[in-house]
Amino acid sequence: MSLEIILFVILGGVAAVTSVIVITRPNPIISALFLVLNFASLAGLYLLLNAQFIAVAQVIVYAGAIMVLFLFVIMLLRPGNEEKIFSRNPVVKIIASIVAGVVFLQIVYMIFFTSPSNSVTGEVSASVNAGTVEAIGRELFTNYILPFEAAGFLLLAAAIGALVLAKKKFE
Amino acid sequence: MQIPIEYYLILSAFMFIMGIVGVLTRRNAIIVFMSIELMLNSANLTFVAFASYMGNTIGQLFVFFVMAVAAAEAAIGLAIILALFRNKMTLNIDEVNILKW
Repeated sequence: MSLEIILFVILGGVAAVTSVIVITRPNPIISALFLVLNFASLAGLYLLLNAQFIAVAQVIVYAGAIMVLFLFVIMLLRPGNEEKIFSRNPVVKIIASIVAGVVFLQIVYMIFFTSPSNSVTGEVSASVNAGTVEAIGRELFTNYILPFEAAGFLLLAAAIGALVLAKKKFE
Repeated sequence: MQIPIEYYLILSAFMFIMGIVGVLTRRNAIIVFMSIELMLNSANLTFVAFASYMGNTIGQLFVFFVMAVAAAEAAIGLAIILALFRNKMTLNIDEVNILKW
């Protein structure tokens, strides 16, 4: 077993288990903390896939900024514990879970049916060069400058919109 | 690159399905929102897996834009949740039904 396989099993296992924990815990703070762990293990998987810039951005943007925002809102509002996941309307929830499981099996079937590993090359040298900050920055500021500016404008609009929505209305 | 890409895709599909189950079964607005983040991240994992197995930068660029949109969405969504809690004093999305006919 090489190090890559061991790391994939550990990080993938952590990502899968924490994603289950996130949706089953009644306390939202515990869910949020396990979501942070999920994002961190995803950042490890991105490093395994030679996407250094995306891994760092994942830790800074997701595990840092967005989850701090989530925890801030949760602790500000202090919602009580929800009851256990299957205690209310259990029939509807079990049916929803069964439908989701069937969809998952369909996706797995499609993944193996189409066998995408035949069509991808998997060259290590090309992917190492593709994931660096230099390559992404070059693409971002030459060919994709217009979407980049649009993303900046979107973030500005989101900041203004969040202010307008959340501000206290003084009468 | 010893791991076949199928395993990354299956992990991504599993996380996406967990996000769907969370949206369908949980009634706390914040947890529904976290499930949406879970789904966005599983899509990101698929993008990065394909981009790196094809030696391509464009997929990782797209993940960058998805992160920008997710940050904007988190800010707006949490502001909406704050306004909702201020108006109705609840986070249960079953009790928020003023648009329901």
